[in-house]
Formats: sequence, C-alpha cells, structure tokens
Amino acid sequence: MPIHDQSYRRYRGERLPQGRAWTVIAASGIRTMVGNRKFLALLLVAWLPFLVRAVQFYVAANFAQASMIAPTAETFRAFVEQQGAFGFFVTIFTGAGLIANDLRANALQIYLSKPMGRAEYIAGKFAVLASFLLLVTFLPAMMLLLVQIVLAGRLTFLAENLFLIPAITVYTFIETLVMGLIMLALSSVTKSSRFVGIMFAGMYFFTLAIFQAIRGVTRSTSFSWLSPIASLEQLGDVIFRQPPRYDTPIVVTILALAAMAALAAFVLERRVRGVEVVT
Amino acid sequence: MTESPPAAVVRIQNLTVLYGKQRALRGVTAAFPPGAVGLLGPNGAGKSTLLKALLGFVVPDQGLMRVLDMDVAERPTQIRARLGYMPEIDAHIPGMNAVSFVAYCGQLAGLPPVDAMQRAHEVLYYVGLGEARYRNVETYSTGMKQRIKLAQAMVHDPDLLFLDEPTNGMDPKGREEMLELIRDLATNKGMNLILSSHLLPDVEFTCNDVVVLHQGAVVEQGPIKDLKNPRGSVFELRVKGDRSAFAGALLQAGMSCHAADEDLMRVFVPDDGGSRALFALAAREGVQVRHLRPSVPTLEDVFAHAVGEE
Repeated sequence: MPIHDQSYRRYRGERLPQGRAWTVIAASGIRTMVGNRKFLALLLVAWLPFLVRAVQFYVAANFAQASMIAPTAETFRAFVEQQGAFGFFVTIFTGAGLIANDLRANALQIYLSKPMGRAEYIAGKFAVLASFLLLVTFLPAMMLLLVQIVLAGRLTFLAENLFLIPAITVYTFIETLVMGLIMLALSSVTKSSRFVGIMFAGMYFFTLAIFQAIRGVTRSTSFSWLSPIASLEQLGDVIFRQPPRYDTPIVVTILALAAMAALAAFVLERRVRGVEVVT
Repeated sequence: MTESPPAAVVRIQNLTVLYGKQRALRGVTAAFPPGAVGLLGPNGAGKSTLLKALLGFVVPDQGLMRVLDMDVAERPTQIRARLGYMPEIDAHIPGMNAVSFVAYCGQLAGLPPVDAMQRAHEVLYYVGLGEARYRNVETYSTGMKQRIKLAQAMVHDPDLLFLDEPTNGMDPKGREEMLELIRDLATNKGMNLILSSHLLPDVEFTCNDVVVLHQGAVVEQGPIKDLKNPRGSVFELRVKGDRSAFAGALLQAGMSCHAADEDLMRVFVPDDGGSRALFALAAREGVQVRHLRPSVPTLEDVFAHAVGEE
C-alpha cells in the first residue's frame, strides 16, 4: 500500500484576489532576464556613465580648479539623454521576445484562459520592460542627484534646480511608456524575436534618417515629429528647461508621441487575443 | 449551508458566431449537465469555436452563454477562475521546465506561490510526468505535451475543465492512459468536464452525456445511454447491387445508414419496422441481401443519424 497517495486532490487553500496576475507575469519576466549573464553585463555597462559622472561631481566638489565641470541642470539633461542609448539596447534585449516568444509557443491561449484580461497580460509584459528601462534611466539619474547633494554637502544646487526631480521622473517615464509600447507592439506582430529586434532598430534609425534627409533638403527641423527619438529629444529639452533643439512646436511633438503610443496600443489590442481569426 | 449544484454547468441559448462571412456557430442552444459531457462533431463543426466563445476569446454575434451560473459576457474573469482549459494546439510558456510552467499557471490562476508549486508537483505526478517534471517543456514529446497541457489546466483545481481534442497525436498506449485520466477525473474526483473530440470512442469511453455539433449547429444532445436506445433497431447489412441507390432508398423510407466497413452498412430502422422492412425495400430496389445481423446501437450510429451521414 502506498504511504502517500499521489492521486489528484481538491485544493482547499486560499486563492488570491483577481487583478494580480500581471505581477506574476512581471516577476517571472524579471527573474528570467536577471538570470541572463549577457543582460546583466549590459546593465553593468549601462551604469558606467553614472560612475564617470559621480567622479566628475566629486572632483568639482573638492577641487576649486575644476569648477568648470561643476554640475548644472544641463548636465542632468545630457546624462538622461546619454542613458537613452542604453535604453535602446535594454529595450531590444528585454522587449523583443516578450510577446513574440509567447506567440511562437501559442502561450496566449494559456495566459488568457486564466482569470485575467488582455490588458493585464500587456501590463505584466510592459512592467518587465519598464522595470529595466527605468533601471538604466530614471534610477541612475536620481542617484546622481543624490550623489551631487552628498558630495556638495549642501542643498543649494537642489534648491536652485528643484525642477530636476519632476523633470527626470516625467521624462524617463514618458520615454519608457513610448519606447515600451512601441516595442511591445512590434513584438506582437511576429513570432520571431530576432525579427522584432531588427524592426525596432529599423524604426529607430529609419525614422531618424527620414527626418535628417528632410532636414537636409528643407533646411528646417520642423519634421522632427517623424522620429520618436527626435521627438523625445525635443520633449526632453522642454522638460529640462533647455532651449528646444528643433523648430517643431512642442504641442506637435507631444501629439506625435501620443499618436505613436496610441498606434502601438491599437496594434496590441488587435494582436493580443486568445484566438487568431483569419477571414 | 452548502450551495446546491446547478442543473447545468453550461447553458447556451441561440449562440451565433461569425468569422467574417463564415458562420461558425448557428443559433446553438444546448445545456451541459454536471459530469463528463462530450462535445462531438466532425472537424470544422464548431466545437473549438464554442469552447473559445465560452472562455470569452470569441465575442458572439448573438446569443447568451452561462457558465457555472454566471454570464460569460458579464463575468468572464470570474468564470475563468473556476475553469481549466486544455487547448487543442501545442501551447506552453517558453523557457520553463514543467514544474515551473505548471506552478506559474497556478499562480496566474490565483494560487499563492507555495501552494502553486506544491500543486504543480502533485498534478504532474497525477498526469504521469512526475519523473520528467524538471525537463524543459520544449523537449517533450507530443504525448507529454498533451499531458502537461492537462496539468496546467487543472493545477488550480477548477470546477469545470474544457478539454479540446486531448488525445490528438498520442500513441495508442498514451491515448488509453489519457482517457483513463479523464474518466478518473470525471468519475472519481468529481470534476465537471467538457471533452471536445471528433473521436467517438474517446467520448463514449469518458462521457455520460453528449452534445453533437454539425456545421455549426446542435443536431443531437442528451445522455449517451438514452441516445443509444432509440425507438427502433440497428442492423448490420451487406448487399449486392447498387449500394448508393439502396442507401438513398433507405433514407427516403425514413431509415438512416452509414458505412461501417468497406461493404458493410449499419442501418437504423425506426419504430418496429424490423428486418422485414429491410428485405421488402431490398426486393423493391433489386438488391440482394447477402448479410443481415441485428446489432447493438453505438454512439457512432447516434452520430451518423444526427449528422445525416450516408
């Protein structure tokens, strides 16, 4: 007689309230990425500029001769923009397979047969990408602000540039939202994560190339709204109270970014379904 | 106070689903009682579409659906919390071993992480994958993939299981084991389930009731034992002569027939017509009866009669 019955038993334990499935998806996705050594290496490299800036702040705070490299609001603007390059690689590394791999393995039917909606599935996937994007943009920028305060030993800089806290927050979150939605939308249109990466890089550089070509022909930068990157640069300048680098009105830039996010959300709405209907 | 079980776990009224201009379900009205119910029909009959509509994957163009006494249109997530779904196609979460995959599905369905992991181990043993539970699902054979799909569907202990062609691609031994599992779930574990299949023996082995779909419409439903005891007799018949003309004459005379073997027909004679009616008809049509034997009605006869198979 077996000492333990391995047969099926009814479950009598507790069940968690609905609406938390996205956290399960996010936690699993984050664990998977953290287990990837190449990705960890990328994250470490993405934090190197933070170290360089921290050294710069230390020198500026301790040596009067180095006052010309003392941090300004523009320094933080430049830092956040610089981190955007790492954000590009993190987006591809993290986001390309987020939905494409599920499509390849027909996992959507599994996910959506559980007590969760499509929005929750997308939120879980987005949370994975957003976590890492903010880890290389928002977090180092905020840490840098903290380092500046600690090394300077006074709050004068922060008091004079208090807008930097909301500026860093708003800019990095908008950047994460737009880039994250675009990447998820691309990831939902094909089953090949490699192809998604190529499409994202293509979108990134192709739109920028079109803008630069028009700029060359027209001698005007009014078409920066064609490129999400140029639009984010323009928006960043305004948020960080810097002179805008392009002629495009800020309202047009904001509308262009909103349109891109809306288009991405529309694609996700069409593609993330429990059943693919071909008529 | 305990809740009395609903008379039907699934009720569908006048359900119509269109894929573009294609009508996948046409005014389906059916009731699925508790226990094991077969959803039977040839390929393309609309079985999978019906399950997907019940899951909320497909929004119907018309009709009402109630699952476990809840309206699918109003409470889809509450319904899915009490449902388990085993899809027809190969499906898994990429990059996970079996136990992680099943535990993950348990968590998605609302189990706490520790309970989900414990349940994952238990159900993997139950479906016969205990020894292979640390292998990546992508390395599994077709039969093992069918078992893991069953495991992920039942890890959260649902009140109702939807099994879409659960024996597809399985070898005979694996198929037999899968059917035993399904029967055990329905008869010994008190699980309600709907088994969608085009394989009559699978449904007959596991289910008490059946709903037969054909071309998007319900053509028969009820307890299998009742459907197999119609008012009439079934005969095995072998004739010499124009078989197709004779089959046409049988249908015209209100009988139904389908080919059971290369030259063997199974004929259902309604009421108390008996073999005399067959002989009379054969004589009228000029065919020679070479073999006639009374037979026991099977689900195949019910199915053939329902879908009007010749």
